[in-house]
Amino acid sequence: MEKNLLEINNLTCGYGNKIILKNIDFIINTGEMISIVGPNGSGKTTLIRAITKLIKPYNGKILFEKKDIWGMSYKELSQKIAVVSQQIESINMDVEEFVLLGRVPYYKKFQFIESEKDINIAQKCMELTDTLKLKDHSMEEMSGGEKQLVFIAKALAQEPKLLLLDEPTSHLDITHQIKILDLIKRLNKEFHLTVIMVLHDLNLAGEYSEKIAMFHQGTIYKIGSPEEVLHYQIIEEVYKTIVVVEKNPISKKPFVLVIPEELRMKK
Amino acid sequence: MENKKPIKWILYTAALFLIVLLTGIICLSIGPTSISFRNIMEAFKTGKNSVNYDIIFDLRLPRIILGFAVGGSLSLAGVILQGMFKNPLVEPYTLGISGGGALGVCLGIVFKLTSLIGSFALPICGFLGSILVILLVYSLSVKKGILKIQGLLLTGVMISFISSSLIMLIMAVSNAANLQGIIFWTMGSLEQPHWILIKTMLFVSILGLFISYFFSINLNAFSLGEEEAHHLGIDTEKTKKILFVLSSLLTGVAVSVSGIIGFVGLAVPHFMRRVVGTDHRILLVSSFLAGAGFLIICDTIARTIIAPMELPVGVITGIVGGSLFVYFLSKKIS
Repeated sequence: MEKNLLEINNLTCGYGNKIILKNIDFIINTGEMISIVGPNGSGKTTLIRAITKLIKPYNGKILFEKKDIWGMSYKELSQKIAVVSQQIESINMDVEEFVLLGRVPYYKKFQFIESEKDINIAQKCMELTDTLKLKDHSMEEMSGGEKQLVFIAKALAQEPKLLLLDEPTSHLDITHQIKILDLIKRLNKEFHLTVIMVLHDLNLAGEYSEKIAMFHQGTIYKIGSPEEVLHYQIIEEVYKTIVVVEKNPISKKPFVLVIPEELRMKK
Repeated sequence: MENKKPIKWILYTAALFLIVLLTGIICLSIGPTSISFRNIMEAFKTGKNSVNYDIIFDLRLPRIILGFAVGGSLSLAGVILQGMFKNPLVEPYTLGISGGGALGVCLGIVFKLTSLIGSFALPICGFLGSILVILLVYSLSVKKGILKIQGLLLTGVMISFISSSLIMLIMAVSNAANLQGIIFWTMGSLEQPHWILIKTMLFVSILGLFISYFFSINLNAFSLGEEEAHHLGIDTEKTKKILFVLSSLLTGVAVSVSGIIGFVGLAVPHFMRRVVGTDHRILLVSSFLAGAGFLIICDTIARTIIAPMELPVGVITGIVGGSLFVYFLSKKIS
C-alpha cells in the first residue's frame, strides 16, 4: 500500500487576484484522519476546492499517489476523491437515486443504465450509513442529520481512497454530530479510508482526529496532535479570543472553553 | 437486486409514442373538411388525384410533422436549460434567442427581403438573428474560459427585452400589411410552405434528442449543482457549453421556421417531471414526445376553432398550456 496518499507542495491559490492560500506544504498518509480547523476565511474550504481541481493553483503542485492531479481526468480523480460538501440544496429525487449518482464516475462512455454492481454498491453504502430504510423516500423529506448520512453514502458509492468533508456537522444537534463523526471514524478504522474534514468545532476536532491542522490567514499555523494544536496560546493567537483549555475527563483529549465578556472584564 | 427502471422507462416511451401517433392520425382527419379514418387510408392507397390526398399531404401532414418537430425541440430545449440552470422557470426563450430571431424576421419583413431573394428570406433572417444573439450571449457570459451560468441568464433576459423593444419600435413605424405579417410571425404559426424546411426541422429535432441523450447522466449530476457535478467527475465546462449551444440551435431553428411559440418549453417539461420523475434519462425523451403531441393538438385547435380563419398557434399554447399549468399547480398546493 502506498503510504503517502496526498502531497501538497508549496501550494498557492485563490480566486482572481485574491490569494487565499499561501505556500502550503502538507502530506497525508493512507489511513490518516485529519481535521482542518481555523477561523472563517482562513482558507479551509479553498484547500478542498484545490484538491478537487475546482480551482487551479497559481503555484505549487498537488500530488495524489505521486501523480499530479492536473494530469488526471476529472473522471479519474472522482474515482479516488469524494467530497461531502457544505451546501445542502433542495434535491428532488429519492434517496436511492441520489446515492446512485455516486456511481457516475464509473459510467462507461455509452452506458446509460447503472449496472447490477452499481446498485449493489449503492445498497451497501446505504447499509453502512444506516440509510437503507430511507431508500424510497424523497430527499426533500430528510431531516438535516439524515441528509448528511445520505450525502456520505453517495460519497462512499464513489469508492474513494480519500474522503473530504466540509463541515459535516454544522447545523446538526449533538446526537447527529456524534452519529456522523462516529460513522466517519468507523469508516476510517475499519475500511482504512483516509479522511480530511474541515471542522468548526475545535472540541469535536480534538476528540475525533489524530492530527489537526490549524489554518490561519492562508497558511498552516500549526499541525500536529490535538494536544499540540489545541493549546490555549495558539488558539488565542489565531482566533483572537481568550480561551481556557481543559482535559475531557473520560477521553483525556483537550477541551476548549470560552469565557463571556462579563467574566473577562472582572479578571 | 434487479434494476426495474429501464423497463418502466421503455413503457413510458412506448406509451407516449403511441399517444403522439394517434394524436397525429386524429388531427389528420380534423379540419374544415373532416376526413374519416377510412378515407385517410383510401387516400393513401389511391395516391394523388384525389381532393382528400391534397388536403392530407399538402395541408395537414406538413403541419403535423412540423408540429411534432417544433414541439419536441422546444420542449427538449426547455428540459435541457432547466436542468442546466436548476431553475424550472427557464425556458428556451429566456435566453433571448427568440427575440433575436423575431427581430431578424421583422427586419426581413420591413426591408421586403422576400421580394428580393425569395420566400426563404424570412427563415434565413430568423436564423441569423438567433445565431447572432447566441454568439452575443455566449461571449458576454464566458470569462476566462468559464461559462458563468447566472450571467447567461441575465444577459439573455436583457437581450430579450432589448429585442422586443426594437420589435415594438419597428411595429410602431410600419404599415398595416407589414404589421399583420409581424404579428402573425411573433405569435407563431406552423404554416410552412417549404417541405425542405420542415424536413430540416425534423432532422435537427431528432439529432438534438440524440445528442442530448448522451448528456442525460451529466444533467442528472447537474441537478445537485455545478460543484457537485464536478465532484462526480463531470467536465462541467464542456457540458455547459455543448448543452447551451445545442438548446440554442434547437430554439433558433424552431423560431426561424415557425415563429415564437411560447409556453411549450416551460409547461411540458414541468408536467412531465410530475409524471415520469426527474431522471433525465427518461425526462428528455418523454418531454420531447409530450411537447410534440401538445403542439400538434394546439395547432389543430388553432386552425379549426374559427375556421376558415386561423389563429396563431402561440395564442392557443399560451391559453391551453397556461390554464393547465395553473390548474396543476393549484392542485399540488391543496
